[in-house]
Amino acid sequence: MRNGLMRTGLMRAGLMRDLLVAMLGLLVLLALPLVFPHPSLRDFLIYVIAYGLLAMSLNLLVGLTGLVSFGHAAYFASGAYVFGLLMQSGAVSVPLAMLAAVGGTALLALVIGAICVRLKEIYFSFITLAFQMFIHSIILTWVDLTGGDQGLRGGIPRPPFLGIDLGEAHTLYAFAAVIFVLCLLAMRQVWQSPFGYTLRMIRDNPARANFLGVDVVRMKLGIFVLAGGVASMAGIIMALFVSGAFPEFGFWTTSGEAIFMIMLGGTQVFLGPVLGAFLLQLLNHYVTIYTHHHGLVLGVVILLIVLGLRRGVADFAANWLAERRAAAPPAPAAPEPAKTKAAG
Amino acid sequence: MNLDVLAGCFASASCAVTQVSTGLIVGMLLFLVASGLSLIFGVLGVVNFAHGAFYMLGAYFAFLCFERTGSFVAALVAGAVGAGIVGVLFERFFMSKVYGRDLLMQLLVCYAAILIFDDLVKILFGAEYKLMGMPESFATAPVEIAGGFIPSYYIFMLGMSLGIGLLLWLGINRTRLGKVIRALAINPQMVGALGINTRLLYAGVFGLGCALAGTAGALAAPVRSLTPGMGLSVLIESFIVTVIGGMGSIPGALAAALLIGLTRAFGAIGFPLFVDGLMFALMGLVLILRPTGLFGARAA
Repeated sequence: MRNGLMRTGLMRAGLMRDLLVAMLGLLVLLALPLVFPHPSLRDFLIYVIAYGLLAMSLNLLVGLTGLVSFGHAAYFASGAYVFGLLMQSGAVSVPLAMLAAVGGTALLALVIGAICVRLKEIYFSFITLAFQMFIHSIILTWVDLTGGDQGLRGGIPRPPFLGIDLGEAHTLYAFAAVIFVLCLLAMRQVWQSPFGYTLRMIRDNPARANFLGVDVVRMKLGIFVLAGGVASMAGIIMALFVSGAFPEFGFWTTSGEAIFMIMLGGTQVFLGPVLGAFLLQLLNHYVTIYTHHHGLVLGVVILLIVLGLRRGVADFAANWLAERRAAAPPAPAAPEPAKTKAAG
Repeated sequence: MNLDVLAGCFASASCAVTQVSTGLIVGMLLFLVASGLSLIFGVLGVVNFAHGAFYMLGAYFAFLCFERTGSFVAALVAGAVGAGIVGVLFERFFMSKVYGRDLLMQLLVCYAAILIFDDLVKILFGAEYKLMGMPESFATAPVEIAGGFIPSYYIFMLGMSLGIGLLLWLGINRTRLGKVIRALAINPQMVGALGINTRLLYAGVFGLGCALAGTAGALAAPVRSLTPGMGLSVLIESFIVTVIGGMGSIPGALAAALLIGLTRAFGAIGFPLFVDGLMFALMGLVLILRPTGLFGARAA
């Protein structure tokens, strides 16, 4: 009976709740720069949005499917470069270029993923890293197209479309926020869908999934392409904001940072990676103010969290809450059945 | 693409000899790094993503020692031993804490280590390129073979790395300690139950792997420029080598490293912009045709 209710009623209620949370989140994001009209806050939030989206898409692989990709920034860079190059060609509008960049990156992810997802665990991590470095080296060596280590120069034109002028800083921010929330909603659907639960099964027991008739390779490839597409959207937001694309977008440190964001926020709570992106941006912000030795400080912080806290902040909080909830109400009642059982 | 130039190089003995020697050098350095990576993976079951950092440390230790003492032998020893000691400490204090934990955690510990080592080197030596310079005993006229000239240092490097590879192979396959290490890779509980200090052994194997990377760094120091972050490309290439050769196989690592070295040397003439692509194409081909690598054990 309760199960039936869950199936018919709660699925929809869950969707309604997600939509409500998304609307509220979007309102908060849009209101923040109005309440605190400081340009640096807006810039900070755009960074959180772009890198948060990158980390969220990576978590579809890491947290949901158990595929620890160390080369996810490749798709971030590919989105930024394809979008930037298309806009510089002057032939297409912003939405069309975005579509093309996401589509092109999804195709790239399909080709790379078709090789990668056949490999397990550490091999998968390494080969994704290797492909990312390959793409990074293409960006560096194909100077005529990409500008090499200087990045895409000359800025990215942002012609107005449908009455939206992205040259305006406020509009650009609002545009990024809307895209961010839409992407999160889409990912939430995947997270809660039967496809999402199939991926969890593949993560926890691939042999069993295989026995149940799940085409493991195809499922993995599907989520790999999806995650690549969302990462390219993050890259597009970044390219729009900095009005350029740089090889660092596709460097291995960007992937490492995305992994750290996930770990910092937590892999099992849906919005954990966004929290992680926020925390890391905050950390970066203060570290760069006080020292040049950014890597040293960041490395020490990572070691402290990995070896000290042993899991993400959001996972840590979720576990703590769950333990408290489990411990608090039945606490007085719990010992009694144990006693009677022992007596009986 | 310059296929004419490439064909011309194959036709002329002097060019071919020069390129082959370059390829062998690149390959042998890769072999040293990759065999360390493979050894650590085979015994400990973890991939040391920070392996490139130990190659870098070996090069900088050698550079420092050579500057102070002027002795190249001392520099080589300093590179190998220094990287090995840092490797043992890294294993004891950080890596050993994440054995059996999430892959994510192992990856992050290595990521943190690379960031810290790169930054420390930057602080101690500066971010600019460093040149160690050729040791005086090798400042002789290059050896002439079939019209091609090979610097005498190249020959030394070749012999040195071949010797180390042979020693490693003999040590693992022909000694008692090697037998214990092979047993450790298969059943660590049993080895521990027989009264062998497995922790010490783990640290030792990790240190040995890092010392191999450090040796490669020290050997490369006279012919390559030193810079923080120099380990990354070596790490990627040595990973490609272990995939092609088969994880855990030392002869496989040797064959694959030479293949990659020669591909790089001749690719640099034929299609300079596509050298990296060629390496990846090779790796993709091997992964599709023989996923366990050329010399890897067939999957059970």
